[in-house]
Amino acid sequence: MADKVDPIREQASNGVNITALAKLARLEVSDAEIAKLEKEIPDILAFVETIQKADVSTEAKTDGLRNVMRADENPHESGKYTEVLLKAAPAREGNRVAVKQVISRKK
Amino acid sequence: MDLSTLTIAEARRALDAKEYSALDLTNAYLDAIVKKDGEIHAYLEVWTDSAREEAKAADAVIAAGKSQPLTGIPIAVKDNMLIEGRIVSAASKILENYRASYDATVISKLKAQGVVFLGRTNMDEFALGSSTENSAYGPTKNPHDTSRVPGGTSGGSAAAVAAGMALAALGSDTGGSIRQPAAFCGVVGLKPTYGAVSRSGLIAAASSLDQIGTLAKNVGDAKILFDAIRGHDPMDSTSLPDNAAAAKGERKTIGVPREFLNDLNAEVRAQFDATVQTLKDKGYSVVDVALPSLQYALAVYYIINPAEVSTNLARLDGIRYGLSVPADVIGEVYSKTRAAGFGAETRRRILVGTFVLSSGYADAYYRKARSVRELIRADFAKAFEGVDAIVMPTTPSPAFKLGEKNNDPVSLYLEDIFTVPVNLAGVPAISVPGGTVERDEKKLPVGFQIIGAWGGEETLFAIGKDV
Repeated sequence: MADKVDPIREQASNGVNITALAKLARLEVSDAEIAKLEKEIPDILAFVETIQKADVSTEAKTDGLRNVMRADENPHESGKYTEVLLKAAPAREGNRVAVKQVISRKK
Repeated sequence: MDLSTLTIAEARRALDAKEYSALDLTNAYLDAIVKKDGEIHAYLEVWTDSAREEAKAADAVIAAGKSQPLTGIPIAVKDNMLIEGRIVSAASKILENYRASYDATVISKLKAQGVVFLGRTNMDEFALGSSTENSAYGPTKNPHDTSRVPGGTSGGSAAAVAAGMALAALGSDTGGSIRQPAAFCGVVGLKPTYGAVSRSGLIAAASSLDQIGTLAKNVGDAKILFDAIRGHDPMDSTSLPDNAAAAKGERKTIGVPREFLNDLNAEVRAQFDATVQTLKDKGYSVVDVALPSLQYALAVYYIINPAEVSTNLARLDGIRYGLSVPADVIGEVYSKTRAAGFGAETRRRILVGTFVLSSGYADAYYRKARSVRELIRADFAKAFEGVDAIVMPTTPSPAFKLGEKNNDPVSLYLEDIFTVPVNLAGVPAISVPGGTVERDEKKLPVGFQIIGAWGGEETLFAIGKDV
Protein backbone atom coordinates (compact mmCIF):
# COMPACT_ATOMS: atom_id res chain seq x y z
CA MET A 1 0.00 0.00 0.00
CA ALA A 2 2.96 2.23 -0.62
CA ASP A 3 1.36 4.90 -2.77
CA LYS A 4 -2.22 4.80 -1.49
CA VAL A 5 -3.67 6.38 1.60
CA ASP A 6 -3.88 3.63 4.17
CA PRO A 7 -7.18 3.73 6.06
CA ILE A 8 -6.05 1.51 8.95
CA ARG A 9 -2.41 2.12 9.57
CA GLU A 10 -1.63 5.76 10.28
CA GLN A 11 1.21 6.80 8.03
CA ALA A 12 3.23 8.98 10.34
CA SER A 13 3.57 6.58 13.24
CA ASN A 14 3.16 3.01 14.33
CA GLY A 15 -0.38 3.89 15.31
CA VAL A 16 -3.44 2.02 14.17
CA ASN A 17 -6.68 3.76 13.30
CA ILE A 18 -8.92 1.88 15.71
CA THR A 19 -12.08 3.57 14.49
CA ALA A 20 -11.50 2.39 10.92
CA LEU A 21 -10.61 -1.10 12.12
CA ALA A 22 -13.70 -1.31 14.35
CA LYS A 23 -15.88 -0.30 11.43
CA LEU A 24 -14.46 -3.13 9.35
CA ALA A 25 -15.12 -5.52 12.25
CA ARG A 26 -18.74 -4.30 12.71
CA LEU A 27 -17.96 -3.38 16.28
CA GLU A 28 -18.99 -0.22 18.12
CA VAL A 29 -16.10 1.02 20.28
CA SER A 30 -16.38 3.75 22.92
CA ASP A 31 -13.94 6.67 23.05
CA ALA A 32 -12.47 5.38 26.31
CA GLU A 33 -11.84 1.98 24.75
CA ILE A 34 -10.30 3.52 21.64
CA ALA A 35 -7.71 5.27 23.83
CA LYS A 36 -6.82 1.94 25.48
CA LEU A 37 -6.75 -0.01 22.22
CA GLU A 38 -4.54 2.61 20.55
CA LYS A 39 -1.79 1.41 22.87
CA GLU A 40 -2.66 -2.31 23.09
CA ILE A 41 -3.16 -3.17 19.42
CA PRO A 42 0.22 -1.74 18.26
CA ASP A 43 1.86 -3.59 21.20
CA ILE A 44 0.33 -6.86 20.04
CA LEU A 45 1.30 -6.19 16.41
CA ALA A 46 4.86 -5.35 17.45
CA PHE A 47 4.96 -8.63 19.37
CA VAL A 48 3.84 -10.74 16.40
CA GLU A 49 6.05 -8.92 13.89
CA THR A 50 9.00 -11.14 14.89
CA ILE A 51 7.80 -13.60 12.23
CA GLN A 52 9.09 -11.23 9.58
CA LYS A 53 12.59 -12.55 10.41
CA ALA A 54 11.66 -16.14 9.56
CA ASP A 55 12.97 -17.53 6.29
CA VAL A 56 10.08 -19.14 4.43
CA SER A 57 11.65 -19.44 1.02
CA THR A 58 10.81 -23.16 0.85
CA GLU A 59 7.36 -23.91 -0.47
CA ALA A 60 4.65 -25.21 1.82
CA LYS A 61 3.89 -28.88 1.34
CA THR A 62 0.43 -29.79 0.13
CA ASP A 63 0.71 -33.59 0.04
CA GLY A 64 -1.74 -35.52 2.16
CA LEU A 65 -4.68 -33.38 1.05
CA ARG A 66 -7.88 -35.34 0.52
CA ASN A 67 -11.40 -34.56 -0.61
CA VAL A 68 -13.59 -33.97 2.42
CA MET A 69 -16.77 -33.04 0.58
CA ARG A 70 -19.65 -35.49 0.46
CA ALA A 71 -21.57 -36.13 -2.72
CA ASP A 72 -24.39 -33.63 -3.25
CA GLU A 73 -27.25 -36.08 -2.88
CA ASN A 74 -29.97 -37.30 -0.51
CA PRO A 75 -31.04 -33.87 0.78
CA HIS A 76 -33.18 -33.83 3.93
CA GLU A 77 -36.85 -33.05 3.43
CA SER A 78 -37.58 -29.36 2.99
CA GLY A 79 -38.58 -27.54 6.17
CA LYS A 80 -37.33 -30.24 8.53
CA TYR A 81 -35.12 -27.85 10.51
CA THR A 82 -37.03 -24.60 9.91
CA GLU A 83 -38.68 -24.44 13.32
CA VAL A 84 -35.59 -25.35 15.33
CA LEU A 85 -33.47 -22.75 13.51
CA LEU A 86 -36.08 -20.01 13.74
CA LYS A 87 -36.48 -20.67 17.46
CA ALA A 88 -32.91 -19.47 17.98
CA ALA A 89 -33.42 -16.21 16.09
CA PRO A 90 -34.07 -13.03 18.10
CA ALA A 91 -36.84 -11.90 15.72
CA ARG A 92 -38.99 -13.70 13.18
CA GLU A 93 -41.78 -12.91 10.74
CA GLY A 94 -43.64 -16.03 9.75
CA ASN A 95 -41.09 -18.50 8.50
CA ARG A 96 -38.34 -15.92 8.08
CA VAL A 97 -35.68 -14.37 10.29
CA ALA A 98 -36.67 -10.70 10.60
CA VAL A 99 -33.96 -8.11 9.97
CA LYS A 100 -33.86 -4.32 9.99
CA GLN A 101 -33.62 -2.24 6.83
CA VAL A 102 -30.20 -1.63 5.37
CA ILE A 103 -30.72 2.13 4.90
CA SER A 104 -32.59 4.27 7.41
CA ARG A 105 -35.73 6.07 6.18
CA LYS A 106 -35.16 8.85 8.69
CA LYS A 107 -32.13 10.27 6.93
CA MET B 1 -16.31 -43.27 48.65
CA ASP B 2 -13.52 -40.68 48.77
CA LEU B 3 -14.10 -38.26 45.89
CA SER B 4 -10.61 -36.76 46.23
CA THR B 5 -9.00 -40.02 45.10
CA LEU B 6 -11.82 -41.71 43.17
CA THR B 7 -11.06 -42.60 39.53
CA ILE B 8 -13.31 -43.62 36.64
CA ALA B 9 -11.76 -47.09 36.71
CA GLU B 10 -12.49 -47.55 40.44
CA ALA B 11 -16.02 -46.11 40.14
CA ARG B 12 -16.71 -48.50 37.24
CA ARG B 13 -15.65 -51.46 39.35
CA ALA B 14 -17.69 -50.34 42.36
CA LEU B 15 -20.80 -49.54 40.28
CA ASP B 16 -20.71 -52.89 38.51
CA ALA B 17 -20.11 -54.65 41.86
CA LYS B 18 -23.18 -52.77 43.24
CA GLU B 19 -21.13 -51.34 46.12
CA TYR B 20 -22.98 -48.10 45.48
CA SER B 21 -25.42 -46.92 42.83
CA ALA B 22 -24.88 -44.37 40.09
CA LEU B 23 -27.45 -42.22 41.93
CA ASP B 24 -25.37 -42.42 45.15
CA LEU B 25 -22.30 -41.42 43.16
CA THR B 26 -24.04 -38.54 41.42
CA ASN B 27 -25.52 -37.30 44.71
CA ALA B 28 -22.06 -37.35 46.27
CA TYR B 29 -20.78 -35.09 43.48
CA LEU B 30 -23.82 -32.80 43.66
CA ASP B 31 -23.23 -32.48 47.42
CA ALA B 32 -19.55 -31.67 46.83
CA ILE B 33 -20.55 -28.98 44.32
CA VAL B 34 -22.98 -27.41 46.81
CA LYS B 35 -20.29 -27.43 49.48
CA LYS B 36 -17.30 -26.19 47.45
CA ASP B 37 -18.38 -24.39 44.33
CA GLY B 38 -19.49 -21.21 46.08
CA GLU B 39 -15.81 -20.51 46.59
CA ILE B 40 -14.29 -22.11 43.46
CA HIS B 41 -16.94 -21.14 40.85
CA ALA B 42 -16.04 -23.96 38.46
CA TYR B 43 -19.63 -24.33 37.23
CA LEU B 44 -21.80 -21.85 35.35
CA GLU B 45 -24.82 -24.13 35.72
CA VAL B 46 -25.40 -27.37 37.61
CA TRP B 47 -28.01 -29.75 36.20
CA THR B 48 -29.09 -31.31 39.51
CA ASP B 49 -32.43 -32.77 38.42
CA SER B 50 -31.44 -34.14 35.03
CA ALA B 51 -28.20 -35.54 36.50
CA ARG B 52 -30.23 -37.57 38.99
CA GLU B 53 -32.53 -38.81 36.22
CA GLU B 54 -29.53 -39.80 34.09
CA ALA B 55 -28.04 -41.60 37.10
CA LYS B 56 -31.26 -43.55 37.63
CA ALA B 57 -31.31 -44.54 33.97
CA ALA B 58 -27.67 -45.63 34.29
CA ASP B 59 -28.54 -47.75 37.33
CA ALA B 60 -31.14 -49.59 35.24
CA VAL B 61 -28.52 -50.29 32.55
CA ILE B 62 -26.03 -51.48 35.18
CA ALA B 63 -28.69 -53.71 36.80
CA ALA B 64 -29.32 -55.27 33.39
CA GLY B 65 -25.60 -56.07 33.15
CA LYS B 66 -25.15 -53.86 30.11
CA SER B 67 -22.82 -51.18 31.44
CA GLN B 68 -20.19 -49.57 29.22
CA PRO B 69 -16.98 -47.91 30.49
CA LEU B 70 -18.71 -44.60 31.27
CA THR B 71 -22.23 -45.70 32.27
CA GLY B 72 -23.23 -43.72 35.36
CA ILE B 73 -19.95 -41.76 35.48
CA PRO B 74 -20.56 -38.10 36.45
CA ILE B 75 -18.65 -35.67 34.27
CA ALA B 76 -18.55 -31.93 33.64
CA VAL B 77 -18.69 -30.27 30.22
CA LYS B 78 -17.01 -27.03 29.20
CA ASP B 79 -19.56 -24.35 28.31
CA ASN B 80 -18.71 -24.44 24.60
CA MET B 81 -20.13 -27.85 23.68
CA LEU B 82 -23.73 -28.13 22.54
CA ILE B 83 -26.25 -30.27 24.42
CA GLU B 84 -29.68 -30.14 22.79
CA GLY B 85 -32.13 -27.94 24.68
CA ARG B 86 -29.55 -26.64 27.15
CA ILE B 87 -28.04 -23.19 27.41
CA VAL B 88 -24.50 -23.04 26.01
CA SER B 89 -22.91 -19.61 26.33
CA ALA B 90 -19.14 -19.96 25.76
CA ALA B 91 -19.06 -17.82 28.94
CA SER B 92 -20.21 -14.84 26.86
CA LYS B 93 -23.03 -12.35 27.34
CA ILE B 94 -23.81 -12.57 23.64
CA LEU B 95 -24.98 -16.19 24.10
CA GLU B 96 -26.31 -15.82 27.65
CA ASN B 97 -29.74 -17.24 26.77
CA TYR B 98 -28.83 -19.34 23.73
CA ARG B 99 -30.14 -22.91 23.79
CA ALA B 100 -28.43 -25.53 21.67
CA SER B 101 -30.52 -26.97 18.85
CA TYR B 102 -28.53 -30.22 18.57
CA ASP B 103 -26.01 -32.39 20.40
CA ALA B 104 -22.29 -32.05 19.73
CA THR B 105 -20.90 -35.35 18.43
CA VAL B 106 -18.89 -35.86 21.64
CA ILE B 107 -22.11 -35.42 23.65
CA SER B 108 -24.02 -37.95 21.49
CA LYS B 109 -21.22 -40.44 22.08
CA LEU B 110 -21.28 -39.91 25.84
CA LYS B 111 -25.10 -40.07 25.96
CA ALA B 112 -24.90 -43.43 24.18
CA GLN B 113 -22.74 -44.70 27.06
CA GLY B 114 -25.12 -43.41 29.75
CA VAL B 115 -22.86 -40.70 31.15
CA VAL B 116 -24.24 -38.39 33.87
CA PHE B 117 -23.80 -34.72 32.94
CA LEU B 118 -23.29 -32.67 36.11
CA GLY B 119 -23.19 -29.22 34.54
CA ARG B 120 -21.40 -26.77 32.28
CA THR B 121 -18.09 -25.34 33.41
CA ASN B 122 -16.66 -21.85 33.36
CA MET B 123 -14.11 -20.76 30.74
CA ASP B 124 -12.55 -17.71 29.18
CA GLU B 125 -15.11 -16.16 26.85
CA PHE B 126 -15.06 -17.98 23.49
CA ALA B 127 -11.94 -19.86 24.70
CA LEU B 128 -9.79 -16.71 24.52
CA GLY B 129 -7.41 -16.36 27.44
CA SER B 130 -5.19 -18.29 29.82
CA SER B 131 -6.78 -17.74 33.23
CA THR B 132 -10.62 -18.04 33.06
CA GLU B 133 -10.67 -14.37 34.09
CA ASN B 134 -12.16 -13.49 30.69
CA SER B 135 -15.44 -15.22 31.56
CA ALA B 136 -18.39 -12.81 31.46
CA TYR B 137 -19.63 -14.57 34.62
CA GLY B 138 -16.63 -14.03 36.90
CA PRO B 139 -13.40 -16.02 37.28
CA THR B 140 -12.90 -19.54 38.57
CA LYS B 141 -10.44 -19.97 41.44
CA ASN B 142 -7.63 -22.46 41.77
CA PRO B 143 -8.53 -25.16 44.35
CA HIS B 144 -4.86 -25.25 45.50
CA ASP B 145 -4.87 -21.53 46.34
CA THR B 146 -8.05 -19.55 45.81
CA SER B 147 -6.11 -16.29 45.38
CA ARG B 148 -4.74 -17.75 42.14
CA VAL B 149 -6.15 -18.54 38.70
CA PRO B 150 -6.95 -22.12 37.68
CA GLY B 151 -5.53 -21.46 34.21
CA GLY B 152 -7.62 -21.33 31.10
CA THR B 153 -9.47 -21.49 29.01
CA SER B 154 -10.87 -24.79 30.38
CA GLY B 155 -10.30 -23.51 33.94
CA GLY B 156 -13.73 -24.57 35.21
CA SER B 157 -13.28 -28.13 33.97
CA ALA B 158 -9.79 -28.42 35.51
CA ALA B 159 -10.89 -26.92 38.84
CA ALA B 160 -13.97 -29.17 38.98
CA VAL B 161 -11.84 -32.31 38.57
CA ALA B 162 -9.14 -31.08 40.97
CA ALA B 163 -11.66 -30.18 43.68
CA GLY B 164 -13.56 -33.47 43.45
CA MET B 165 -16.61 -31.81 41.89
CA ALA B 166 -16.56 -34.05 38.78
CA LEU B 167 -14.95 -37.41 38.15
CA ALA B 168 -13.62 -36.15 34.81
CA ALA B 169 -14.41 -33.36 32.36
CA LEU B 170 -14.39 -32.37 28.72
CA GLY B 171 -12.41 -29.33 27.67
CA SER B 172 -11.17 -27.82 24.44
CA ASP B 173 -7.61 -26.82 23.63
CA THR B 174 -6.80 -24.14 21.05
CA GLY B 175 -3.37 -23.06 22.34
CA GLY B 176 -3.06 -24.91 25.64
CA SER B 177 -6.56 -24.54 27.05
CA ILE B 178 -6.69 -28.09 28.42
CA ARG B 179 -3.02 -28.65 29.30
CA GLN B 180 -2.29 -25.33 31.05
CA PRO B 181 -5.27 -25.47 33.46
CA ALA B 182 -4.55 -29.17 34.06
CA ALA B 183 -0.98 -28.17 35.02
CA PHE B 184 -2.12 -25.31 37.28
CA CYS B 185 -4.74 -27.51 39.01
CA GLY B 186 -2.60 -30.66 39.32
CA VAL B 187 -4.65 -32.95 37.07
CA VAL B 188 -4.07 -34.73 33.75
CA GLY B 189 -5.08 -32.95 30.53
CA LEU B 190 -5.04 -34.44 27.03
CA LYS B 191 -5.05 -32.47 23.77
CA PRO B 192 -5.55 -35.12 21.08
CA THR B 193 -4.20 -35.04 17.52
CA TYR B 194 -6.02 -32.42 15.44
CA GLY B 195 -8.91 -34.29 13.85
CA ALA B 196 -8.93 -37.22 16.31
CA VAL B 197 -12.10 -35.95 18.02
CA SER B 198 -15.01 -34.38 16.14
CA ARG B 199 -15.46 -30.62 16.52
CA SER B 200 -19.10 -30.80 15.39
CA GLY B 201 -21.08 -28.93 18.04
CA LEU B 202 -18.05 -27.23 19.57
CA ILE B 203 -18.44 -23.44 19.47
CA ALA B 204 -15.52 -22.52 17.23
CA ALA B 205 -12.72 -20.26 18.42
CA ALA B 206 -9.89 -20.85 15.92
CA SER B 207 -10.96 -23.75 13.75
CA SER B 208 -7.54 -24.90 12.54
CA LEU B 209 -6.32 -25.12 16.17
CA ASP B 210 -9.36 -26.16 18.25
CA GLN B 211 -9.54 -29.71 19.55
CA ILE B 212 -11.76 -31.30 22.20
CA GLY B 213 -9.95 -33.33 24.84
CA THR B 214 -10.18 -34.71 28.34
CA LEU B 215 -9.30 -33.69 31.90
CA ALA B 216 -9.05 -36.38 34.55
CA LYS B 217 -7.29 -37.41 37.75
CA ASN B 218 -4.90 -39.80 36.08
CA VAL B 219 -3.68 -40.94 32.69
CA GLY B 220 -5.89 -44.05 32.65
CA ASP B 221 -9.05 -41.98 33.14
CA ALA B 222 -8.01 -39.45 30.48
CA LYS B 223 -7.65 -42.38 28.08
CA ILE B 224 -11.02 -43.94 28.98
CA LEU B 225 -12.82 -40.66 28.26
CA PHE B 226 -10.76 -40.05 25.10
CA ASP B 227 -11.58 -43.54 23.78
CA ALA B 228 -15.28 -42.73 24.25
CA ILE B 229 -15.23 -39.50 22.21
CA ARG B 230 -12.66 -40.17 19.48
CA GLY B 231 -13.34 -41.28 15.93
CA HIS B 232 -14.21 -40.06 12.46
CA ASP B 233 -17.32 -37.93 12.08
CA PRO B 234 -18.85 -37.02 8.71
CA MET B 235 -20.19 -33.84 10.37
CA ASP B 236 -16.63 -32.49 10.78
CA SER B 237 -14.70 -32.20 7.53
CA THR B 238 -11.40 -31.94 9.43
CA SER B 239 -12.00 -35.13 11.40
CA LEU B 240 -9.47 -37.81 10.52
CA PRO B 241 -10.42 -41.12 8.94
CA ASP B 242 -10.45 -43.96 11.49
CA ASN B 243 -7.68 -45.70 9.58
CA ALA B 244 -5.35 -42.70 9.92
CA ALA B 245 -1.90 -44.04 10.59
CA ALA B 246 -1.16 -44.26 14.30
CA ALA B 247 2.36 -43.40 15.33
CA LYS B 248 4.30 -46.49 16.24
CA GLY B 249 7.47 -46.63 18.18
CA GLU B 250 9.43 -48.24 20.93
CA ARG B 251 8.23 -45.44 23.24
CA LYS B 252 11.66 -45.42 24.83
CA THR B 253 13.44 -42.45 23.25
CA ILE B 254 12.51 -39.00 24.48
CA GLY B 255 13.65 -35.69 23.06
CA VAL B 256 14.25 -32.52 25.08
CA PRO B 257 14.45 -29.20 23.19
CA ARG B 258 17.16 -27.78 25.49
CA GLU B 259 17.62 -24.53 23.60
CA PHE B 260 13.94 -23.71 23.93
CA LEU B 261 14.07 -24.08 27.73
CA ASN B 262 16.87 -21.61 28.45
CA ASP B 263 14.85 -18.87 30.13
CA LEU B 264 12.83 -21.18 32.33
CA ASN B 265 12.16 -20.34 35.98
CA ALA B 266 14.73 -22.23 38.10
CA GLU B 267 12.24 -24.07 40.32
CA VAL B 268 10.09 -25.17 37.38
CA ARG B 269 13.30 -26.27 35.67
CA ALA B 270 14.33 -28.33 38.71
CA GLN B 271 10.96 -30.14 38.76
CA PHE B 272 11.20 -30.77 35.02
CA ASP B 273 14.73 -32.18 35.30
CA ALA B 274 13.63 -34.43 38.17
CA THR B 275 10.80 -35.87 36.07
CA VAL B 276 13.14 -36.46 33.12
CA GLN B 277 15.49 -38.26 35.54
CA THR B 278 12.58 -40.47 36.70
CA LEU B 279 12.01 -41.52 33.10
CA LYS B 280 15.73 -42.18 32.60
CA ASP B 281 15.68 -44.38 35.69
CA LYS B 282 12.82 -46.35 34.12
CA GLY B 283 14.91 -47.14 31.05
CA TYR B 284 14.11 -44.27 28.69
CA SER B 285 16.95 -42.74 26.73
CA VAL B 286 16.88 -38.97 26.61
CA VAL B 287 18.37 -37.00 23.72
CA ASP B 288 18.43 -33.36 22.67
CA VAL B 289 16.16 -32.30 19.81
CA ALA B 290 16.31 -29.11 17.79
CA LEU B 291 13.07 -27.26 17.04
CA PRO B 292 14.52 -24.00 15.70
CA SER B 293 11.25 -22.54 14.38
CA LEU B 294 9.57 -22.74 17.79
CA GLN B 295 11.00 -19.29 18.50
CA TYR B 296 8.28 -17.97 16.17
CA ALA B 297 5.44 -20.08 17.57
CA LEU B 298 3.85 -17.47 19.83
CA ALA B 299 3.95 -14.79 17.14
CA VAL B 300 2.45 -17.17 14.57
CA TYR B 301 -0.22 -18.23 17.04
CA TYR B 302 -1.23 -14.68 17.93
CA ILE B 303 -1.78 -13.94 14.24
CA ILE B 304 -3.60 -17.13 13.20
CA ASN B 305 -5.75 -17.32 16.32
CA PRO B 306 -7.21 -13.78 16.09
CA ALA B 307 -7.62 -14.15 12.31
CA GLU B 308 -9.74 -17.27 12.70
CA VAL B 309 -11.54 -15.92 15.78
CA SER B 310 -12.55 -12.73 13.99
CA THR B 311 -13.91 -14.81 11.12
CA ASN B 312 -15.76 -17.33 13.30
CA LEU B 313 -17.31 -14.70 15.56
CA ALA B 314 -18.63 -12.74 12.56
CA ARG B 315 -21.68 -15.02 12.75
CA LEU B 316 -22.62 -13.47 16.10
CA ASP B 317 -24.34 -10.30 14.90
CA GLY B 318 -27.75 -10.26 16.57
CA ILE B 319 -29.60 -11.80 13.63
CA ARG B 320 -29.67 -15.59 13.83
CA TYR B 321 -29.14 -16.26 17.52
CA GLY B 322 -28.13 -14.83 20.83
CA LEU B 323 -28.29 -11.24 22.01
CA SER B 324 -29.77 -8.62 19.69
CA VAL B 325 -29.59 -4.92 20.49
CA PRO B 326 -32.36 -3.00 18.68
CA ALA B 327 -31.37 -0.26 16.23
CA ASP B 328 -32.88 1.45 13.19
CA VAL B 329 -30.68 -0.11 10.53
CA ILE B 330 -29.08 -3.49 10.24
CA GLY B 331 -25.49 -2.20 10.37
CA GLU B 332 -26.13 -0.71 13.79
CA VAL B 333 -27.81 -3.90 15.00
CA TYR B 334 -24.54 -5.68 14.20
CA SER B 335 -22.16 -3.16 15.74
CA LYS B 336 -24.23 -2.44 18.88
CA THR B 337 -24.99 -6.11 19.53
CA ARG B 338 -21.33 -7.06 19.21
CA ALA B 339 -20.22 -4.17 21.41
CA ALA B 340 -22.71 -5.13 24.13
CA GLY B 341 -22.18 -8.89 23.86
CA PHE B 342 -18.41 -9.38 23.57
CA GLY B 343 -15.94 -8.87 26.42
CA ALA B 344 -12.72 -6.86 26.24
CA GLU B 345 -10.33 -9.67 25.18
CA THR B 346 -12.79 -10.95 22.57
CA ARG B 347 -13.09 -7.46 21.09
CA ARG B 348 -9.30 -7.14 21.10
CA ARG B 349 -8.88 -10.43 19.21
CA ILE B 350 -11.55 -9.49 16.69
CA LEU B 351 -9.77 -6.20 15.97
CA VAL B 352 -6.31 -7.80 15.70
CA GLY B 353 -7.78 -10.53 13.49
CA THR B 354 -9.49 -7.96 11.30
CA PHE B 355 -6.17 -6.12 10.95
CA VAL B 356 -4.04 -9.16 10.01
CA LEU B 357 -6.63 -10.24 7.43
CA SER B 358 -7.23 -6.80 5.95
CA SER B 359 -6.25 -5.98 2.41
CA GLY B 360 -2.69 -4.70 2.43
CA TYR B 361 -1.67 -6.58 5.60
CA ALA B 362 -2.82 -10.15 4.95
CA ASP B 363 0.39 -11.00 3.07
CA ALA B 364 2.74 -9.65 5.71
CA TYR B 365 0.82 -11.09 8.67
CA TYR B 366 -1.70 -13.86 8.03
CA ARG B 367 -0.12 -15.51 4.96
CA LYS B 368 3.38 -15.17 6.36
CA ALA B 369 2.20 -16.73 9.63
CA ARG B 370 0.74 -19.68 7.71
CA SER B 371 4.08 -20.23 6.00
CA VAL B 372 5.99 -20.08 9.29
CA ARG B 373 3.45 -22.50 10.75
CA GLU B 374 4.58 -25.00 8.09
CA LEU B 375 8.17 -24.60 9.32
CA ILE B 376 7.03 -25.45 12.86
CA ARG B 377 5.16 -28.49 11.60
CA ALA B 378 8.27 -29.56 9.66
CA ASP B 379 10.44 -29.16 12.78
CA PHE B 380 8.21 -31.60 14.66
CA ALA B 381 8.11 -34.05 11.73
CA LYS B 382 11.90 -34.07 11.58
CA ALA B 383 12.26 -34.45 15.36
CA PHE B 384 9.87 -37.41 15.43
CA GLU B 385 12.08 -39.28 12.96
CA GLY B 386 14.50 -39.74 15.86
CA VAL B 387 12.39 -39.75 19.03
CA ASP B 388 9.09 -41.27 20.20
CA ALA B 389 8.07 -38.22 22.20
CA ILE B 390 9.23 -34.72 23.05
CA VAL B 391 8.96 -33.41 26.60
CA MET B 392 8.93 -29.91 28.04
CA PRO B 393 7.19 -28.15 30.93
CA THR B 394 3.53 -27.33 30.29
CA THR B 395 3.97 -23.74 31.49
CA PRO B 396 6.93 -21.48 32.33
CA SER B 397 5.65 -20.87 35.88
CA PRO B 398 2.95 -22.08 38.32
CA ALA B 399 -0.52 -20.52 38.66
CA PHE B 400 -0.38 -16.73 38.90
CA LYS B 401 -2.52 -14.46 41.07
CA LEU B 402 -6.00 -13.38 40.02
CA GLY B 403 -5.67 -9.95 38.41
CA GLU B 404 -1.87 -10.18 38.12
CA LYS B 405 -1.80 -10.05 34.32
CA ASN B 406 -5.02 -8.17 33.64
CA ASN B 407 -3.53 -5.01 32.25
CA ASP B 408 -1.06 -6.41 29.81
CA PRO B 409 -2.40 -8.76 27.13
CA VAL B 410 1.07 -9.59 25.78
CA SER B 411 2.39 -10.77 29.18
CA LEU B 412 -0.58 -13.15 29.37
CA TYR B 413 0.13 -14.42 25.85
CA LEU B 414 3.67 -15.37 26.97
CA GLU B 415 2.16 -17.97 29.33
CA ASP B 416 1.33 -20.08 26.28
CA ILE B 417 4.90 -20.48 24.99
CA PHE B 418 5.16 -24.25 25.58
CA THR B 419 1.63 -25.17 24.57
CA VAL B 420 0.88 -23.28 21.32
CA PRO B 421 3.51 -25.05 19.15
CA VAL B 422 1.54 -28.29 19.66
CA ASN B 423 -1.68 -26.81 18.27
CA LEU B 424 0.13 -25.17 15.37
CA ALA B 425 1.60 -28.55 14.39
CA GLY B 426 -1.60 -30.49 15.14
CA VAL B 427 0.22 -33.12 17.20
CA PRO B 428 -1.18 -34.61 20.43
CA ALA B 429 0.14 -33.73 23.89
CA ILE B 430 -0.67 -34.56 27.48
CA SER B 431 0.08 -32.62 30.66
CA VAL B 432 0.63 -34.79 33.72
CA PRO B 433 1.39 -33.56 37.26
CA GLY B 434 5.15 -32.95 37.47
CA GLY B 435 5.80 -31.94 41.06
CA THR B 436 5.10 -28.74 42.96
CA VAL B 437 6.78 -25.42 43.63
CA GLU B 438 6.16 -23.30 46.71
CA ARG B 439 4.59 -19.82 46.58
CA ASP B 440 3.34 -17.95 49.67
CA GLU B 441 3.77 -21.16 51.72
CA LYS B 442 1.46 -23.04 49.38
CA LYS B 443 2.48 -25.95 47.21
CA LEU B 444 1.43 -25.24 43.64
CA PRO B 445 1.38 -27.98 41.01
CA VAL B 446 3.40 -27.73 37.79
CA GLY B 447 2.80 -29.77 34.65
CA PHE B 448 5.07 -32.09 32.70
CA GLN B 449 4.12 -32.05 29.02
CA ILE B 450 4.64 -35.03 26.73
CA ILE B 451 4.20 -34.36 23.01
CA GLY B 452 3.66 -37.19 20.53
CA ALA B 453 3.75 -37.56 16.78
CA TRP B 454 0.46 -37.30 14.84
CA GLY B 455 -1.81 -40.14 16.04
CA GLY B 456 0.56 -40.94 18.91
CA GLU B 457 -1.90 -40.77 21.84
CA GLU B 458 -1.08 -44.32 22.98
CA THR B 459 2.59 -43.34 23.26
CA LEU B 460 1.57 -40.41 25.47
CA PHE B 461 -0.49 -42.66 27.74
CA ALA B 462 2.35 -45.20 28.02
CA ILE B 463 4.96 -42.57 28.94
CA GLY B 464 2.50 -40.60 31.11
CA LYS B 465 1.92 -43.66 33.28
CA ASP B 466 5.69 -43.88 33.90
CA VAL B 467 6.01 -40.29 35.13
